[in-house]
Amino acid sequence: MKLSFQLAFRNLIGAGLRTWLIVGILTFTFLVILFYNGLLDGWNLQAKRDAINWEFGYGQFQHKDYDPYDPFSLQNAHGVFDARNAQGLTPLLMRPASIFPNGRMLSVTLKGLPKNQRQLKIPVDRLDKQEGAIPVAIGKRMAKTAKLSLGDEISLRWRDKNGTFDAENVKVAAIFNTTISTVDQGQIWMRLEDLWRITGMNNEATIMIADQPMPDTSFKDWNYVNQEKLLQNINNVIEIERASARIIYFILLAIALLAIFDTQVLSVFRRQKEIGTYIALGMTKNEVTGLFTLEGSMYSLFSMFLGTLIGVPLFGYLSQKGISFGAFTADMGIGMGDRIYPSFSPSLLVSSALIVIISATIVSFIPARKIVTMNPIDALKGKLQ
Amino acid sequence: MENIISLSHVTKKFEVGDGYFTALNDVSLTFKSGEFAGFVGPSGSGKTTLLNIIGSLDSPTDGKAIVMGKDIAKLSHKASANLRNLHIGFIFQVFNLLPVYTVFENVEFALLLQDVPKETRKKEVMEALEWVGLEKMAHKRPDKLSGGEGQRVAIARAMVKKPKILLADEPTANLDSANAHAILKTMKNLNKELGTTFLFSTHDEKVMTYLDRTVSLKDGKVVSDVWDNQSIQS
Repeated sequence: MKLSFQLAFRNLIGAGLRTWLIVGILTFTFLVILFYNGLLDGWNLQAKRDAINWEFGYGQFQHKDYDPYDPFSLQNAHGVFDARNAQGLTPLLMRPASIFPNGRMLSVTLKGLPKNQRQLKIPVDRLDKQEGAIPVAIGKRMAKTAKLSLGDEISLRWRDKNGTFDAENVKVAAIFNTTISTVDQGQIWMRLEDLWRITGMNNEATIMIADQPMPDTSFKDWNYVNQEKLLQNINNVIEIERASARIIYFILLAIALLAIFDTQVLSVFRRQKEIGTYIALGMTKNEVTGLFTLEGSMYSLFSMFLGTLIGVPLFGYLSQKGISFGAFTADMGIGMGDRIYPSFSPSLLVSSALIVIISATIVSFIPARKIVTMNPIDALKGKLQ
Repeated sequence: MENIISLSHVTKKFEVGDGYFTALNDVSLTFKSGEFAGFVGPSGSGKTTLLNIIGSLDSPTDGKAIVMGKDIAKLSHKASANLRNLHIGFIFQVFNLLPVYTVFENVEFALLLQDVPKETRKKEVMEALEWVGLEKMAHKRPDKLSGGEGQRVAIARAMVKKPKILLADEPTANLDSANAHAILKTMKNLNKELGTTFLFSTHDEKVMTYLDRTVSLKDGKVVSDVWDNQSIQS
């Protein structure tokens, strides 16, 4: 095996430019695979972390009538959570409402969180009680859509617990920046105490957010949804992105592997005298097949080496500085930061390297198998077989 | 002296279309260690086929070929590769040097296959290159060598492992007269110094003048077996 490595190494180095062209393509493919996966992993981590911090917490008790995909369900999705079970849970009440910025009407979801909560990053602690308009917080996207700025007052209309319309002015006291559009677009946040007061729904909530993972359990009228289920959408979106990325790097890998396959086929035909010489000098056909296979897979080892030389500083820099996606991210339906920090885990590095090495070895072996069936005498004469 | 090669009623047939071509027809010969012999005859007479069988690159259709005490027909792929690796050297008409290796590496290759330690390898390769007068060209690539130099590298590669048998298939066919004589003198010297059995396949008269024993073949049959060196014959 050591000898085969030595020979394969010498043969590849001796082949000169051809070797480096293939290694170049393979290195590029390896780096693209790493980059795409690293980007998706980074995005995945960021999106999940932000979703946990801004929206989901570590799990939620949801009112039995609450359907996150049906805004009309908010009308009836509220109730009092048994205080005996409320340890470590933050109540969140949601009500359908409308605002009237600049003479237009916008349907919104009114959300109330306790002022002293620490579970979500929504800045309700900045909504100080004051005379006049109720202080509310909105996200940057919402502010942009509704053309609202800090200090602006708008009319808010909602239904109270009896279904009666009521209205009052609210004042934009905080504008926050989040990657999670579902807590931003079309959402008005206020202190839970204010929302209880204006709706008359004292002690009621739509969701109870857990501050730590809890066993899957349900209480009367409340269903527990664990963090994994809450994050399912993000996982699904990432999986779709990963699938489309796979198509790209499958194409790239196919090009690189085609180059190796082509070289191997040519090698087996053009280097027949060499094959015959190896056999005449005392190598078995299997050893020669192994040598040619090793030569092919060594392209991938060279590309790993070159990829490491380029990849370590490049990806190290990118994972530190992040990649800016700027305005592109603003309207994404899923949490995506202005800057994504790719994440390159050891398992990603190993799996990407293995994909390249194993596939290069397979496409090298397929043409090299022919050596076993070769007649060494014809091979020595360079006769096409 | 014991027979190092013993061919007994060796026949070799090749499939050609619907029939067979008989390359060797009932050939029986023996060779002792240290012989400097050659097979001569026109193209298609079976010279190269005979060398290939002795070199365990091929096996007889009928008859027995015993080389170094081993029946060629019964050897596994691995055993025949082992026989070539340890005991048989080849020299080809077109040298068959490995193009990406230097002269040194080409010669070293035979020792790499035997897993010889690096220091010993280096010493023995340089010694082999000295035999053929190419020690100063150790780091040149084959494409920078003349025909004569290329064939001398091939001899060094074949001899470096000090094989018991060296098979040379038309070794002078691509060389001019001066180079051919130089190569043959080198081989004759190595035969005397190392006691290696040299077997040639040739129709070059220059080669024939150096042979101690000339086996003439025609249509796959031995037509004459002439000894010039009485000491070996006895």
